[in-house]
Amino acid sequence: MATVVELHNETQRARTLVLDVPDWPGHRAGQHVDVRLVAEDGYQAQRSYSIASAPETAAVSLTVERLDDGEVSPYLCDALGVGDGLEVRGPIGGYFVWDFAQGGPLLLVAGGSGIVPLMAMLRHHAAADAGARAGVPVRLLYSARHLGDVIYRAELEQLAACPEIRTSFALTRDAPPDWNGYRRRIDRAMLEEVGWPVAEMPHAFVCGPTPLVESVANLLVELGHAPARVRTERFGPTGS
Amino acid sequence: MADTPFIARGFHSRRAPATPGRLPPGQYETRDFPVLSAGPTPRTPLAKWDFTITGTDARSVRWSWDELRAFPRETPKVDIHCVTKWSKFDTTWEGISVDTLLNAARGGGVQDAPFVMAFSDGGYTTNLPLADLTDGKAWVVFGYDGAALPPEHGGPARLLVPHLYLWKSAKWVRGLRLMPNDQPGFWEQLGYHDRGDPWREQRYQGDA
Repeated sequence: MATVVELHNETQRARTLVLDVPDWPGHRAGQHVDVRLVAEDGYQAQRSYSIASAPETAAVSLTVERLDDGEVSPYLCDALGVGDGLEVRGPIGGYFVWDFAQGGPLLLVAGGSGIVPLMAMLRHHAAADAGARAGVPVRLLYSARHLGDVIYRAELEQLAACPEIRTSFALTRDAPPDWNGYRRRIDRAMLEEVGWPVAEMPHAFVCGPTPLVESVANLLVELGHAPARVRTERFGPTGS
Repeated sequence: MADTPFIARGFHSRRAPATPGRLPPGQYETRDFPVLSAGPTPRTPLAKWDFTITGTDARSVRWSWDELRAFPRETPKVDIHCVTKWSKFDTTWEGISVDTLLNAARGGGVQDAPFVMAFSDGGYTTNLPLADLTDGKAWVVFGYDGAALPPEHGGPARLLVPHLYLWKSAKWVRGLRLMPNDQPGFWEQLGYHDRGDPWREQRYQGDA
């Protein structure tokens, strides 16, 4: 049983739950947990949420995006309070993970709340000493609808000050007049501009809604990246 | 999960209840068809596609795309259950019963063995007892909802084993390898349950 120790509103629709989880066995960056909610009448609902915190951090953080027609995320985003208990199981998943020892370079591509497991990787990277970090350069490409939807924006700006980390943003719906990032969906030209040359053999992690993940993973393979180096995590409906 | 449920204060169902007995524990019904896979969608030209069943003595039978589709077809209408908690009711597929393929393989000299590893383009594997693939419980399908199976859902062909969690229904399947002993496949090596029966909620290692 976890206890909520802190809550942070990241954006209008995303909230971070900081959990104290007794007997937490530790996790790897990229893993998720299952959250189970049980109502008084016995009705239960389970969902998976990515872990946002680094393995080096004792508390386990989840960042949850509120889906208006959802049933678990509105509870987690609106009803849950500090001090409340929460039933979590995990960590789960052993493929969409990155350990510092796997090395780099890293290409992280996020769509929307797909940034969450990639943030755990960035925080894991940031926890290493400066000398080690310099040997594992990271490029992040983060696509969101509006600037206000960008989760962890201040922290990502801080990370981008590190010489080995380059962040790029694509806003797909609207952007401020002075916006100097991309103003379109992720495409082949963008991946060529901000990604790594194939010869660098990056480890690519792509997380977001299915259409974005499907498109980006296919483009990376078309560009010549080995499929086995492109790991994906998808969520949301496909509409197909 | 714990035996005594912790009541989430103020939590109530927001969904219309599913037909009693139709939704396995911990699942919710979706009308969408979510996509989950660990890497890029593989694309093998049909001219180079084949399907192989290999016995424990390495004897094997192999069918081209056209040869596989020439077997008698079935159109199962089934409920499917993904370990990520969604279930989808009344999905309709078109393909060949694994019974049919195993019979043909026996005719080609491939002998039965108690376990099977399904293998796919892209390197994916998943293990099953042979008994979970026989007696009308499993198909190799190439049609979904009246059309060709889309690549992101496993086309050109995937395994369909609807009584187990959907990771057992290997997308982009290219064959079955019979095994004398059980061996873990891709997700089974990464902490997921060896068998994956949704009605027993066998999601992860350690579940009953």
